[in-house]
Amino acid sequence: MILLDRVSKSYGKRKSAVLQRVSLHIEAKEFVIVVGASGAGKSTLLKLLTREEKPTSGKIIVGGIDYETLKDRDVPKLRRKIGVVFQDFKLLPNKTVYENVAFALEIIGISTKEIKHTVPRVLDIVGLKDKQDNMPMELSGGERQRVAIARAIVRQPKILIADEPTGNLDPKHAWDVIRVLEKINKYGTTVILTTHNQEIVNKLKRRVVTVSDGKIASDDSSGKYTL
Amino acid sequence: MKSRKLITIWRVFGAGILGFARNAWLSLAALATMIVTLSIILASVVINATFSHTIEQIRSKIDVSIYLKDDITIQSKDQLLDQIKSMPNVKEVEYISKEAAKSAFLELFKDNIDLQLAAMSADNKIPATVRVKLYNPDMMDDLKQFLDQPEITELQSSPTSYSGSTKEAIDSITKATSFFRTAGIVGVLVFAGISILIIFNTIQMAIFNRRDELSIMSLLGASRWFIRGPFLVESMLIGVLSAGVSIAICYVLFVVSSKVLTASTFGIMDVAYSRQFFSDNLLLICLGQVGLGVLIGVMSSYIATYKYLRRNR
Repeated sequence: MILLDRVSKSYGKRKSAVLQRVSLHIEAKEFVIVVGASGAGKSTLLKLLTREEKPTSGKIIVGGIDYETLKDRDVPKLRRKIGVVFQDFKLLPNKTVYENVAFALEIIGISTKEIKHTVPRVLDIVGLKDKQDNMPMELSGGERQRVAIARAIVRQPKILIADEPTGNLDPKHAWDVIRVLEKINKYGTTVILTTHNQEIVNKLKRRVVTVSDGKIASDDSSGKYTL
Repeated sequence: MKSRKLITIWRVFGAGILGFARNAWLSLAALATMIVTLSIILASVVINATFSHTIEQIRSKIDVSIYLKDDITIQSKDQLLDQIKSMPNVKEVEYISKEAAKSAFLELFKDNIDLQLAAMSADNKIPATVRVKLYNPDMMDDLKQFLDQPEITELQSSPTSYSGSTKEAIDSITKATSFFRTAGIVGVLVFAGISILIIFNTIQMAIFNRRDELSIMSLLGASRWFIRGPFLVESMLIGVLSAGVSIAICYVLFVVSSKVLTASTFGIMDVAYSRQFFSDNLLLICLGQVGLGVLIGVMSSYIATYKYLRRNR
């Protein structure tokens, strides 16, 4: 499903390397947790997958798409196949919960009728069906993050990338979000989660990839938080 | 798939109209400049057409009058007419007999009793006249040369009249027109440039205000055209609205308040013709103005969105 082969990324004129020859293989339907200290290169790794950044060297293949031959104009098509959840939610503040989720379908030309049918079902999965007319400001952090997850999965992507989705949440709400991610993974979506939360990592007992100084320090199939 | 595209186009237009309404105050500056630009362009076109028409009118009135002696024979008169007719630049030759010339004189001065009496009491002193109209009044040298030949001057009662003062008037109007044309082109270019810059800035500010929304759109996989489209629609709206207002302004100027315009141009401009030109070409004017407005708008917002999209792939 996802293959990174000796991928490096460096920024600026001094070419300070954020990632160095990272190789990673993630199978379909896997639930992978990426851990690492701040600045270790986790976010860069995810940005390479969503093509917000291009690698300095190395090969990336996601869902059969080789990023080397991917043209800029085809990047939107790639992003439609990957759902992304951000730490800061990135919800549109002037749209309701329903409109925020519908927006992901509107931009790809889904009919209003289909949107009306799909969005409530997805909001039900994340447990927010009764809050669809609320504005994001009226929701708790955990609820906002679940709206963001609903938006990310409403197009039924094969891959869901969650970049520290629990970073701004208290433990109870953090677990709410993690439960939703597990549920989505159970339905067959590959989930890549980055987190700093030791308790979550240890309790989930999933594959843990540890990034340190731009390299993969460990890759454990039922790992623990070891930083 | 086709219906998806249609839905997307529909949504892009909706978002463009919404953006225009949301940016109303910002769009106002762009709208005002575009209105000034399009009004100047349209007014220049109409005024140019009017001046060209006026010049053509005066040119067609230029003629050469050859006054013949009373005692020339019909033969030499006919010969003279034939010779003039055979010249390449000659459009029309008209012979006015002494009697016809007299009645024309009486008709012309019908309100002046003294002149009427003078013309009636004495013998008919008014000479027979050959009136020559030319295709190109600027090139009358051939005719002049021909008329200046001794055997031809011998037939004439008084020197040829070349409508000299009319020609000078034409020359000065032509000069004024070409100056106006140049000034018009410079003005149009300057204002078009300012328009493009202001619309460009308007769109850039709109992009800046909505940068979070745009980056979310991009991360969710919106195509470039989905992001760019609403801004293009917004500037197209500015173009169409400005075209409408500029046409209304010029309509008021040339059609409704034509008296004021006539007075302010000291009667040099044939405003009746401007009005007619305006009405006759209304469809073309509307299409041209809307086309130009949309072109200027789309061009500037295309550059603004291009810059944004290139930075934020």
